[in-house]
Amino acid sequence: MYDAGKIIVGLVVFVVLATSPLWFNALTEETPEAPKLTLPTNGSTECVEATEYMRASHMDLLNQWRDEVVRTGQRDYVSSSSGKVFDMSLSRTCMDCHSNKAEFCDACHTYMAVTPYCWDCHVEPKGAN
Amino acid sequence: MLEKALTGNRTYWTWIFFLLAVIGAGTACWFWQFRTGLTVTGLSRDVVWGLYIAQFTFLVGVAASAVMVVLPYYLHNYKAFGKMTILGEFLAIAAVIMCMLFIFVDMGRPDRIFNVFLHPTPHSMMFWDTVALGGYLCLNILISRVSLSCERRGEAPPKWIKPIIVLSIPWAVSIHTVTAFLYSGLAARPFWMTAILAPRFLASAFAAGPALLILLALIVRKLTTFDPGKEAIQKLAEIVTYAMLLNVFFVAMELFTALYSDIPEHVLHFQFLFMGLDGNNTLAPWMWLSVVLAVVALVILVNPTTRRSETTLVVGCMAVFGSLWIDKGLGMVIAGFTPSPLGKVTLYAPTAPELTISLAIYAIGILIVTGLYKIALEVRGQMKV
Amino acid sequence: MAGNRRDFLKLAGLTAVGATAVSSIKAPTAAASTADSHTEASTDGVRLAMVIDLRKFSKDDALIERCVEACHREHNVPNWEDDPKNEVKWIWSEDFETAFHSQEFHFIREDLKGKPTLLLCNHCNNPPCTRVCPTQATWKRDADGIVMMDWHRCIGCRYCVVACPYGSRSFNWKDPRPAIEDITIDYPTRMRGVVEKCTFCEERLARGLEPACVEACGNDEIVFGDLNDPSSKVRQLLAERMAIRRKAGLGTQPEVYYVIDDPRTLQETAPAAVVEGAEGGDHA
Repeated sequence: MYDAGKIIVGLVVFVVLATSPLWFNALTEETPEAPKLTLPTNGSTECVEATEYMRASHMDLLNQWRDEVVRTGQRDYVSSSSGKVFDMSLSRTCMDCHSNKAEFCDACHTYMAVTPYCWDCHVEPKGAN
Repeated sequence: MLEKALTGNRTYWTWIFFLLAVIGAGTACWFWQFRTGLTVTGLSRDVVWGLYIAQFTFLVGVAASAVMVVLPYYLHNYKAFGKMTILGEFLAIAAVIMCMLFIFVDMGRPDRIFNVFLHPTPHSMMFWDTVALGGYLCLNILISRVSLSCERRGEAPPKWIKPIIVLSIPWAVSIHTVTAFLYSGLAARPFWMTAILAPRFLASAFAAGPALLILLALIVRKLTTFDPGKEAIQKLAEIVTYAMLLNVFFVAMELFTALYSDIPEHVLHFQFLFMGLDGNNTLAPWMWLSVVLAVVALVILVNPTTRRSETTLVVGCMAVFGSLWIDKGLGMVIAGFTPSPLGKVTLYAPTAPELTISLAIYAIGILIVTGLYKIALEVRGQMKV
Repeated sequence: MAGNRRDFLKLAGLTAVGATAVSSIKAPTAAASTADSHTEASTDGVRLAMVIDLRKFSKDDALIERCVEACHREHNVPNWEDDPKNEVKWIWSEDFETAFHSQEFHFIREDLKGKPTLLLCNHCNNPPCTRVCPTQATWKRDADGIVMMDWHRCIGCRYCVVACPYGSRSFNWKDPRPAIEDITIDYPTRMRGVVEKCTFCEERLARGLEPACVEACGNDEIVFGDLNDPSSKVRQLLAERMAIRRKAGLGTQPEVYYVIDDPRTLQETAPAAVVEGAEGGDHA
């Protein structure tokens, strides 16, 4: 290998820098705070699906809703956990209970540095701060 | 071989940094356009395609023109083009990349460009244009890389490259045909809905492209020890002549059909182009310039004496390129929208950001040509020390 | 050693290309499951259409403005009056001669002369716009025949705008939100960089309501319904009266019809309905 010394040293420096968040956190023993979510205040205790499922897959569910509503015009969703029928709508169904976007949706999204583009078009409920 | 583009004398690097400066300015403008929206251009509800798409349309023609050196050399053993084919293929690569960039900067949501591949749509000509251009780019990269690296090693190219080269010939025709199909199947736009649009595109491509290739070859000859040979230049000049004659003939055919039938939805677009409509006549001086340049070009090119003299040939090639650039790169697209489907005339003029971004894309193309030509010349040992 | 490095890079490149190719093999099935975008004139299923009874519109703009306002307010259509280059409109009016300018009307019945005429997307049965869309972000829905927009998928290439013979489509040259006066929370806005147009109020139809412009009229000035249902209002009106469509000769099969009979024929079926302009003479 040409310039073996320089290349290997460079690679090691790079790997150290690239993994720095991992070993830095391990060494300083900080436990980051989990995001605090404000739950619905309208008395509702049941979501469209079970909480664990929603936590892991609400993005997939919303994508599925988006395609069904826009591309086929179907708006009725039958929950696989409760059998109830919901209107497939982010603004009318989801935001009806989770009306505090800042303290529910944004809390996790900001924590995870995720910016879903839903809100470029879909309108947040008024008074949601 | 790519590293050969990274060495050079002072002139070379000054040129490169000048191009990079233009590209930098255009990139900054593009970021602004991406954040604010295409409102920074001169486009409006009636004229939704303008400078960007017009440049794309023109450059697809330049890309296709590589076939004019490849076909005689590989299919008919015309040895004189031997040294030119790599220049044609490199020009095609740069032109196709510029085409893709012009499309990219024209999109409302370039962040969604992969949707074209995630949701392939065979009934849309734009889908096939993407496939055709992408394929043509890959073909030319493969062909030029194999031939140049074999030349460097002093070997004959491998047998399997020959069918791929032959494939690139109808593929070149297809990229400009499918681009014409973007326009010529639209019932809404009578100015473009003519069967002769694809043949016209090809004729103007085979005139403008080789004309540019002649100019590039002569520039390279001036700066290096590369010499394409008088025969190659003259043969290309003859090709430009016939293609330009054919193109002018096709334009005359279009004018006859529109003007003799006197159907308003055909006549009005030509009227807008050459005389103005409803007080909007920004394009008229350009179109007449295009006509004058075409006449000058043909006078020079048809006459053997002026075609053979390199000084006049250069003027003729510049006139061809200029005339056809105005025709396709300014006139054709904008005139399709004026008047609108409701008969209204809306002024379109490119804005400063639009021009800056366009110049930057041209600079990227010139940068690619510079780099690739430098590599080819270094391989052939023809760079002047 | 140099040769091995080159081979490694070639292998890495081919693997990357191969992986992308394999993951995109799923794509054609996605295309197959979306609605057909080039349906022929359908005799089964729903075929939505609109009949605009010009007899019932006067030359005064008030009703037209109510229709436009109802639509644009309901759907968060931005108002770019102060910046007309960015104009976005789903429904608007032109005078009759402009609306049908390919008819080259020069001598025309007095009540139609200069009459403001509502224009919108015709939801063609053979739409040229859906034919050209490279991503099927606009397509003709099988279920109801609506030429629909998917604003999640649109790449903003504006090919559909180019292909529409009626000028029905608008593009968002910039973010529309600042130009929306009163946002309707229930309906999304659009973002910069996508094309938009009338969607026959498909979200209202899903709730059993009529389109907003139809509701804004009080007196069947606009009639909406299913052409495949012989007892629908649209079929009845078309059976009784003379109606024209815009640029029908292009083969797009537009589904917005304009009744152009003399307004005095209104008295034949509904003697109580008096319409301005029936006497002719005033062309405001």
